[in-house]
Amino acid sequence: MNATLQKSGSRLEAVLTSGQFAVTAELGPPKSADVDVIRQKAGYLRGVVDAVNITDNQTAIVRMSSIGAGVIALQEGLEPVIQITCRDRNRLAIQSDVLGAYALGMRNILCLSGDHQKFGNHPTSKNVYDLDSIQLVMMLKGMRDDKVFACGDEIRNTKKSPIVEPRVFIGAAANPFGDPFPFRAVRLAKKVKAGADFIQTQCIYDMERFRKWMEQVRARGLHEKVYILAGITPLRSVKMAEYMRDKVAGLTVPDHIIERLNRAENAEEEGQKIAIEQIHELREIPGVSGVHIMAIEAEKTVAALAEKAGLLPRPA
Amino acid sequence: MITAERKPFEEIYECAKRHKRVLLLGCGTCVTVCMAGGEKEVGILASQIRLAARERGDEITIDEHTITRQCDAEFFDEAITRKAAEVDAIISMGCGVGVQFCSERFPDKIVYPAVNTKFYGATVEQGVWSERCAGCGECIVAAFGGVCPVARCSKSLLNGPCGGSSEGMCEVDPEHTQCAWQLIYDRMEKLGRLDELEEVQPLKDWSHHRDGGPRTIVREDMKL
Repeated sequence: MNATLQKSGSRLEAVLTSGQFAVTAELGPPKSADVDVIRQKAGYLRGVVDAVNITDNQTAIVRMSSIGAGVIALQEGLEPVIQITCRDRNRLAIQSDVLGAYALGMRNILCLSGDHQKFGNHPTSKNVYDLDSIQLVMMLKGMRDDKVFACGDEIRNTKKSPIVEPRVFIGAAANPFGDPFPFRAVRLAKKVKAGADFIQTQCIYDMERFRKWMEQVRARGLHEKVYILAGITPLRSVKMAEYMRDKVAGLTVPDHIIERLNRAENAEEEGQKIAIEQIHELREIPGVSGVHIMAIEAEKTVAALAEKAGLLPRPA
Repeated sequence: MITAERKPFEEIYECAKRHKRVLLLGCGTCVTVCMAGGEKEVGILASQIRLAARERGDEITIDEHTITRQCDAEFFDEAITRKAAEVDAIISMGCGVGVQFCSERFPDKIVYPAVNTKFYGATVEQGVWSERCAGCGECIVAAFGGVCPVARCSKSLLNGPCGGSSEGMCEVDPEHTQCAWQLIYDRMEKLGRLDELEEVQPLKDWSHHRDGGPRTIVREDMKL
């Protein structure tokens, strides 16, 4: 993966190709047009991470668009990773948004299926799913490398105009904890085949299962073809841990973690300790290229976590 | 078959009470099989309406009739045409196709639907029907061990399960809905064809689906 030639102008790509352990964090846009929320969250993350992942109506709750919030993050000196889900837009809307996002300076896009609208605040809405996340990866790779739209047309304004394609670093997600387990590495292989450059995993609590999945990933040689960022969500309470275990399908929280939080005097501090231990463990797993910290609505805690986990300073 | 569920009684009664004489028209095909709008259900609904009308002091006469298929002109015979002429309105217990076709056959009558049409499904056990086909117009189940991801995956994913597949069930309805991708995986494993699932399925052409606009099939060889 020693690509000297960058596929995009992405700083995340530069960090990863240089072989440094990457750190990204999630930044959830506000449920309003409040710009200050983003500026404040950006302030917590500036200098702490290599890129911030801006969610796209996560859990199917309406928020400021990932591209809109991404522009503000960029103004605040952060490099955004724009999430695009397949739930709300068809191939026309997505390609159009990708052109717009690139024009506004976005260089990383993470392709997701998207949470089903049943779980959000508009459960009576219609979904789209014109394409799935793997087809989205394929479409973005076609736009970047073949310089064509999904229909095959060249990305140029007129026949005489220059081709100006969106050169983005393409990400996808992986959930090593969903079923059927043996298919999880296959699905990653398909994402790599489709053109994914980097992968963010679902948050990891069951380290044993994650190690098993990584074994399968390495057996297929996928870790040499794609950068894997392991997902971390620090637990803040026993209630949160139980919620993650019971309410989020395809996510496991082992009993020993819940017991630790239960025994601790301060569950939030213990949750952070666990996260730090996990980061140390993950760094030692061959094929893990970085961590992605999803501190859900707790962006201000990321700096301390990164500091204590020895992830600072970040490369300039 | 096309599956349906009868509408709540009050919704139907609201339509019925606007008229003096109403024909309750059942359909002998799909909605009979899924027990929503066949001859038996016509009888039950007619009794319910008569009973309610008596209790509430409304004057409604209900005629009952069931034809073999409401979606086929050949079953709209003289008997039904005569009965329709005698009433002020028709309440069709056929599916969404039947109710519209009735309107086409009887252009001077108002036709109300008595069922909510659901999906193309199968009877999986007595009293349980489950969706199998989305009518996408270009069948692709051969690539998926005979299980349709378009109809049976909540997100119509063509390249594998999302993170919401847990213990064989779909997170969207874990009580009733199996994860289509678990079914596909299990089936392909049994068939020794798991390697085929490693192929990346390209973007689907939805123009054969409803997205291409309302569809018509024309068979020149069958036309009279």
